[in-house]
Amino acid sequence: MATQVVMPKLSPTMEEGQVARWLKKEGDKVSMGEPIAEIDTDKATMEMQALSAGVLRKVLIAEGESAPLGQPIAIIGEPDEDISELLKAAPAAAPAKEAVEAPAKLPESDKPPAIEKPAVEPQPSPKAEAPTDGRRANGGRMLVSPIAARMAAEAGVDLKSVQGSGPGGRIIKSDIEAAMKTPKTAADGGPKLRPLSMPKAQPGAVYGPSAYRDEPMSEMRRTIARRLVTSLGPIPHFFLTTEIEMDRAADMRQQINTLYSDAKVSINDVVIKVAAVALIQHPQVNASFQDKTVRFYEHADIGVAVATDNGLITPVVRAADVKSISDIAGEVRELAGRARARKLKPEEYTGATFSISNLGMFGIDEFTAVINPPEAAILAVGAMTEKPVVNDGDIEIHKMMRVTMSCDHRVVDGAVGAQFLQTFKQILENPLYLFLGT
Amino acid sequence: MAVMTMRDALNDALREELARDSSVFLMGEEVAEYQGAYKVTRGLLEEFGGKRIIDSPITELGFAGLGVGAAMAGLRPIIEFMTFNFSILATDQIINSAAKMLYMSGGQFKIPIVFRGPGGSAYQVSSQHSQAIESWYAYFPGLKVVMPSTPADAKGLLKSAIRDDDPVIFIEQERMYGMKGEVPEDEDFTIPLGVADVKREGKDATIVARSLLVPTALKAAEELEKEGISCEVIDPRTIRPLDIETIIESVKKTNRVVVAEESHPFCGIGAEISAEIHERAFDYLDAPVKRVSGADVPMPYAKNLEQLAIPDVPQLIAAVKEVAYV
Repeated sequence: MATQVVMPKLSPTMEEGQVARWLKKEGDKVSMGEPIAEIDTDKATMEMQALSAGVLRKVLIAEGESAPLGQPIAIIGEPDEDISELLKAAPAAAPAKEAVEAPAKLPESDKPPAIEKPAVEPQPSPKAEAPTDGRRANGGRMLVSPIAARMAAEAGVDLKSVQGSGPGGRIIKSDIEAAMKTPKTAADGGPKLRPLSMPKAQPGAVYGPSAYRDEPMSEMRRTIARRLVTSLGPIPHFFLTTEIEMDRAADMRQQINTLYSDAKVSINDVVIKVAAVALIQHPQVNASFQDKTVRFYEHADIGVAVATDNGLITPVVRAADVKSISDIAGEVRELAGRARARKLKPEEYTGATFSISNLGMFGIDEFTAVINPPEAAILAVGAMTEKPVVNDGDIEIHKMMRVTMSCDHRVVDGAVGAQFLQTFKQILENPLYLFLGT
Repeated sequence: MAVMTMRDALNDALREELARDSSVFLMGEEVAEYQGAYKVTRGLLEEFGGKRIIDSPITELGFAGLGVGAAMAGLRPIIEFMTFNFSILATDQIINSAAKMLYMSGGQFKIPIVFRGPGGSAYQVSSQHSQAIESWYAYFPGLKVVMPSTPADAKGLLKSAIRDDDPVIFIEQERMYGMKGEVPEDEDFTIPLGVADVKREGKDATIVARSLLVPTALKAAEELEKEGISCEVIDPRTIRPLDIETIIESVKKTNRVVVAEESHPFCGIGAEISAEIHERAFDYLDAPVKRVSGADVPMPYAKNLEQLAIPDVPQLIAAVKEVAYV
């Protein structure tokens, strides 16, 4: 006999669940106890098991859609069994309204059940076409071979700082051996970065606001957002500070200006470029909270805070990830000039994906900036000064710069923000990475 | 040291043990007058006579049971199966009588018997005559299972098997009877059961192979050496009791393992070795243990398909590269 599959209670506090993935598709045989879907609850992603055997006749909600506890989300029955009664009984699953409402009217018209077919068919059958990029495939889980994990623990290597070279990014023995060989001095930047992913500029392209994709928010992400907002105001900020050795970045800037005296590149221009590239490596930071979805941007549009007589304004350098440092320098100079003259158009100072505020020129060592919604983060950049730094027991003098990133905790978690800052720091300490990207 | 075939090394082992101990006798189909279907028993009837070298009727269950009874009565039978495919008919005597007698008689009856003969694939003898069924026998407590991969090992291990007080399943690979190698001529040369042999030392990956797959593994190791990948090849020689310690020591050194076998993968010896490694040396692994087994199908008769069903050098090379992340 055909039975409804209802959204099960998979955690004590669960009120609704989201279908992360259907493990079976319509027409597949299922046996009792066999997992048929993965459900995102407020706590975790859990497998949902079939409570009856037969064939998965109908999937009522698509991947990425949510249903409250007890709502039918699928029907299991014999291959040729009439399931029209069950389809009728299925309450309006929010996203499948049209499909479900139509059959619900049928009894009035006394039509035989066969007619409802066209009414049901238009609903695209949710095939297993879930996005399967690496992040999702691993579920954000770190893969480490056992010997690599043990060696890292014994040698005190932080696995988070190691890029895995095995299948699926698995950290393997040779990765740890490489990490152990690398001296941990600031100048050498610690563990090495993989070649950076560098989008290429389209020749002749003019960049408007960045393209984006909206991903359905997971239940967990939604719960984090809800809870944090109630505890800490509209945007739950948190702050991450790091100190960066700027010797090489300062050298590079000077050499660019020596080669092209017109370039007039500032340290802030280098910071913009590096932040843009780091954002592309960490798309979760180049994102924004959109109530029901998290929006991920394709390019890094960087808002640059400019102080004017009338107050702060943040003109936007579009697609800074694909632009050269000298192009960025020219653009910032031009935008800042017009900002001070109050001649910016609205689209030139809205819609950034990330902002940078630099108070270094005022001698500020370190400060925190307030996020410019809906961006997920802002970087507060302090002054670059020469400081004594202890390296391997010796005191050396290096140019140091402190940056503090304010993050929107609804989108960016602590570790994610820290990983971004780590990449940012590694590139800035070794700007050659900018030229090794692929 | 003399260079001889595995067939002759086995023949020597039988002859020496028949001469050494008058309670040893040999029984099986065509072992006497015809001198063995594979000529392993050549010359033995002439030398030891019809009371010690006995042609049996074609009744595997019958003569295996006769052997068990003789062992209970104090003799040391060597029961030859024309191939281990036919031992399937005798499994009740092997498993229910030979393997359990010592335990079920409260230690009153030891069963010093050897069941031997060729096993595994030959050349185009199809599904029913190409089976590697060592995992069947290794499954049961009470049986020892031995599979030599060189003439010297064959001689030393068979002599130990005949002298052992427990039932021993001794599986010779049919394709390897003509394989030549150096064999010690010392009459007291034996190789203890339950001791693995490191056939080649290496540091980057361990290949655990037995019987037919040992030469294949050595060839693969040779090829990989040219690419700078150093492989250790371990031959357990005795499947049960398994010398897992030698394997684990190697895993601790190389961190990567390929288990190569002619038999089917499911519930095979490779699965057992893989499980043991994961249980005992998990923290030393850099990659999941990789099995390279015979195809999970009945052995095809067609020559080309038969070749595809048995692991070869390129398959082993690919597997080693997979676990070594090359």
